[in-house]
Amino acid sequence: MKFDAQDCILNAKYQLTPTIFDFRLRNPELAAVTKPGQFVHVLVPGKTLRRPISVCDVDGDDIRIVFEIRGEGTKILSECKVGDKINIIAPLGKGFEIPKDKKIIFIGGGIGVPPMLYCAAAAGNNAIVINGFRDKSAVILTEDFKNTSCRLIETTDNGSYGIHGFVTAPLEEVIDEADMVCACGPAPMLRNIAKIAKSHNKECYVSLEQRMACGVGACLGCAVGIKREDGSMTYKHVCKDGPVFNAEEVEW
Amino acid sequence: MADLSVNIAGIHFNNPVIAASGTIGFGHEYGELYPLSVFGGISCKGTTLKERPGNPPPRIAETPMGMLNAVGLQNPGVEHFVNVELPWLKKQNTVVIANAAGSTEEDYCKIVEILSDTDVDMIELNISCPNVKQGGAQFGTSPESVEKITSAVRKYCKKPLIIKLSPNVSDIAAVAKSAEYAGADAVSLINTLTGMRIDINTRRPIIKNVTGGMSGPAVFPVAVRMVYQVKKAVKIPVIGLGGITTWQNAVEMMIAGADALQIGTVLFTDPYAPVRITEGLHGYLDTHGMESVTELTATVEV
Repeated sequence: MKFDAQDCILNAKYQLTPTIFDFRLRNPELAAVTKPGQFVHVLVPGKTLRRPISVCDVDGDDIRIVFEIRGEGTKILSECKVGDKINIIAPLGKGFEIPKDKKIIFIGGGIGVPPMLYCAAAAGNNAIVINGFRDKSAVILTEDFKNTSCRLIETTDNGSYGIHGFVTAPLEEVIDEADMVCACGPAPMLRNIAKIAKSHNKECYVSLEQRMACGVGACLGCAVGIKREDGSMTYKHVCKDGPVFNAEEVEW
Repeated sequence: MADLSVNIAGIHFNNPVIAASGTIGFGHEYGELYPLSVFGGISCKGTTLKERPGNPPPRIAETPMGMLNAVGLQNPGVEHFVNVELPWLKKQNTVVIANAAGSTEEDYCKIVEILSDTDVDMIELNISCPNVKQGGAQFGTSPESVEKITSAVRKYCKKPLIIKLSPNVSDIAAVAKSAEYAGADAVSLINTLTGMRIDINTRRPIIKNVTGGMSGPAVFPVAVRMVYQVKKAVKIPVIGLGGITTWQNAVEMMIAGADALQIGTVLFTDPYAPVRITEGLHGYLDTHGMESVTELTATVEV
């Protein structure tokens, strides 16, 4: 099985901030084959389009997703109750490759932080994690990252918690200790991270977002501009070719 | 169990549920979930003479009970379709419909000529793509232009020819009659309705192409109305599509006048929709003591 559409049971639900929710979706079959950086496509009652949400972690039989209320669909999803059935298509997309013999910097920005948890756990003490948030009220998952073997650095844009400023400043300081960089977050942040990685000659992989329909690669909706080797441009798709792309290929 | 098979322009379909063009690509992805033979047929992604990169993103926006898309006919070109996709599709035990698109009359004639010399079972002419400046929609907007393009293509077409109609017209029955008069073997309708959404914070259209094609449950009543009007106007088979989401919708569309159906957007909501809909059709026919799904077609009592 590559992926399937199946019901999960909402096994536990936590509210991390006024707008961010933490769901544990029980489905042993799908949890067993879900890898870091992949996503699940969540059916929201009454909505035509599913919501693509990155996998935060896999804990035994549970797929853990941490999502922010962004609009009507995620609002409805946030109102699901423990014990409810939630239908997902999973696991989807190509996630982050995590080589055992490489030191890797994982960077999350805002709601791009959750997928870095499963990655950091998989990389063990080879992981350096830099998580950036808007302010103290938006900080999530600190204890979860501390429970992995990673080295954790946290920043806030306004300095109300952790290091004052963007993730790029600490990145400049630690990048030469690492072999590669993996990142998820807002596009401007990813673009700057890619620039820094390139100037230090490090491999860089980024997880991208796009408005999505099918989630499996059939409808070609979630296009992202990609440079071909001959310099020409083509469109690949976040759902099937990504969400993780080599930053060098991305047409920013 | 009742017989779900239908015959459209001499082609046998195991059931009336066909995958709509542009929603299933060339079948590989949904083929991971079930054998593609759950579909009576597959209408493949709209194919042009040369590879097309498609429109810049965002290409998708959600709407109440539906969606907009402006993919812009991204496709690998007819040569790739014939050499790579078609041999695989022919082994899937389902009717293979090539969906041909173009920018000029010559393009359409050329691609239909190429497809006529292959193993495709039928050709669906896409003269209604709303998302490409030169995407053929201008051929689908009036009875006169539909008659002209259909007549031109007919000379090169050695396969059963389906003309896919745009709903963005004032008199759909007149357009369908023109297609029939010019030699179409069947019509399929409706393609998407042109729509638009705007982000109220940025005041920018959500879709980069500004407008897109609207599909999903919201368009279903429009599709039922148009299929009803077209069935009364033509003698050739009518393939009904537009927002079919449940088996009840499938039954309704056939009662309105459809000889076969296409489903599209519902696959994004529920990938298993074709299984659910064919099971529901069986249940309905058995409950009503009908032996064949064809007994439903155009039985609306007005």
